Amino acid sequence: MTLSLLFQHIVNALSLGSLYALIAIGYTMVYGILRLINFAHGDVFMLGAYVAFYGITLVSLPWWAALLVSIAFTALFGIGLERVAYKPLRDSPRISIMISAIGASFLLESLAVLIFGGRPKGVPVPDVLSKVIHFGSVSMITISLIIPLFTFALLGVLVWIVNKTKTGMAMRAVSTDIEAARLMAVDVNKVVSFTFGIGSLLAAFGGIMWSFKYPQLNPLMGMMPGLKCFIAAVIGGIGSIGGAVMGGFLLGIIEIMIVAFLPTLSGYRDAFAFILLIVVLLVKPTGLLGKRQAEKV
Amino acid sequence: MKATTGKRPFALTRNRLLTIIALAAFAVLAIIANSFFDAFMLRVFNMCAIYIVLALSLNLLNGFTGLFSLGHAGFMAVGAYVCALLTMTPELKEMNYFLVPIVPWLRNITIPFLPAILIAGLASAFVGFLIGAPVLRLRDDYLAIATLGFGEIIRVLITNAQPITNGAQGLKGLPRYATTFSVWVAAGLVTLFMVLLMRSSYGRAMKAVRDDELAAEAMGINVFRVKVTSFTVSSFLAGVGGALLGHMITTIDPKMFTFMLTFNILLIVVLGGIGSISGSVISAIVVTILMEALRFLDEPMNLIFFKTEGLPGLRMVVFSILLMVMVIYRQRGLMGNKEFSWDMLQGLFVKKGRKEGDHV
Repeated sequence: MTLSLLFQHIVNALSLGSLYALIAIGYTMVYGILRLINFAHGDVFMLGAYVAFYGITLVSLPWWAALLVSIAFTALFGIGLERVAYKPLRDSPRISIMISAIGASFLLESLAVLIFGGRPKGVPVPDVLSKVIHFGSVSMITISLIIPLFTFALLGVLVWIVNKTKTGMAMRAVSTDIEAARLMAVDVNKVVSFTFGIGSLLAAFGGIMWSFKYPQLNPLMGMMPGLKCFIAAVIGGIGSIGGAVMGGFLLGIIEIMIVAFLPTLSGYRDAFAFILLIVVLLVKPTGLLGKRQAEKV
Repeated sequence: MKATTGKRPFALTRNRLLTIIALAAFAVLAIIANSFFDAFMLRVFNMCAIYIVLALSLNLLNGFTGLFSLGHAGFMAVGAYVCALLTMTPELKEMNYFLVPIVPWLRNITIPFLPAILIAGLASAFVGFLIGAPVLRLRDDYLAIATLGFGEIIRVLITNAQPITNGAQGLKGLPRYATTFSVWVAAGLVTLFMVLLMRSSYGRAMKAVRDDELAAEAMGINVFRVKVTSFTVSSFLAGVGGALLGHMITTIDPKMFTFMLTFNILLIVVLGGIGSISGSVISAIVVTILMEALRFLDEPMNLIFFKTEGLPGLRMVVFSILLMVMVIYRQRGLMGNKEFSWDMLQGLFVKKGRKEGDHV
């Protein structure tokens, strides 16, 4: 393996890791606040990609405009989803809310089959993003560089929101203790909506970038990335944003590197994440950066 | 229907009589179905029985032991594959494995259906035990996601173990052993087993673990062992169900055993009532028939105002909405965690009568 090839693998791993991290954040934030695995998150990711696709092909928007429209739409959609599917169940047993989440996921998938059609669609990748650039002997597509850059920018904004703004403080308060936060006059519903909005926004961005990097859409495209990103969030320590980012990158890098260095194992590609998950859960059930929670009786 | 088997051992003879009549009526129905239904209807009828087995096996975990497991499709896959490999004739195997030849030690094994299905169940139970022992330390969401993960891993392994499982090509032309008789006998036995299990001390221990783990532990129940037992037994039943499914459809491939299949069974369990045997039985029959009856939704329709050109996916949309509405508005499902009994049926009518009387 030459050095330039290795470098290409690293860039690929970083961009895949970035995408995983973006989606994993949505899982971890929602779980941190509601203790809910939002199974439909992967399908929100799919929706984002489709909306941008139709923005480009049907309405012939420039790609960046389609991206913005799709992100805004998907964020609103995420908020709506919470209102309809999760809010009525907020005080129910967790099994009910999880079943509702699974139902929502399947509903979105079958709606996508119904509305967008089950056949895969080719994505017209904008020229700016598909240009091949050369650094000496290393050549890569611009999108692979752009993804990590945008991801880090978005992460910066997110960290600022969570740590420095009043809304962020409210989010942290709700995630620590929902009742106490309510007593402190935090509008829990607003915080939950905001969280779903941000999570869906990041997922939509991830979905659109994914569709530019792997230019094919199908209604079930969110399933595997969704599962893997949930795993990334668990590995990093669910509830912790830093953990989700770390888990996302870890998963992306491991996946690309194993396929690159041990091609015979590439058939097992989708199983790695699960194996890693189970190992982490058994060794350190709270994840790498998770806090140990006292068990409530 | 079958769930009524001896619901109350010391009840009035009237109830027993009713049970016997119901069972006899059902047997007659099965015989009629077997000889007069067309192939499609008979298949749906038998599918009901298989889904009863599968729903009960998932309900044992989700409903009675409180372990939310999402890896059921994986155990079904193990059962289906083991049973198929044991019953296929060498010539059939030769025909299926045209890309990569089958491993020699499997080539010449052919055994009858009954031992094959039991071995399939045991193999599945063994896998369940291996997975359960480490994973059952986890709780709630973590358990759900870890079992989901194992389900996927099993599927990926099956896809890649080509010399044994024929990989993604799957196995075609399995002997159709899952006849009306065998599937309904299996469903009846599993239902009876569940009823007896839930009345035994094991069943009570499982319910205790579900309701309050700490309290159960304080009462001297070995919580971990109860969980592993429940998981293993459930895997056994899932393996049997998977084997029946394989020999009914006569074709199996790894794509069949995705999370979608687990979802279908979960739907049945939730609709029927988490923690109700009769609920699962009734709901398995209703959902299976509905699933087939609603196939028209996917086909071209001619409504009076507009024509649709076939909407593939509409059926699943309807089912997802059904599941969500059920969970949001009636979390307990059809039966809640109660069981069907003749007294309950009578109670329904009596209450109704009284109400009508009040009006007058």
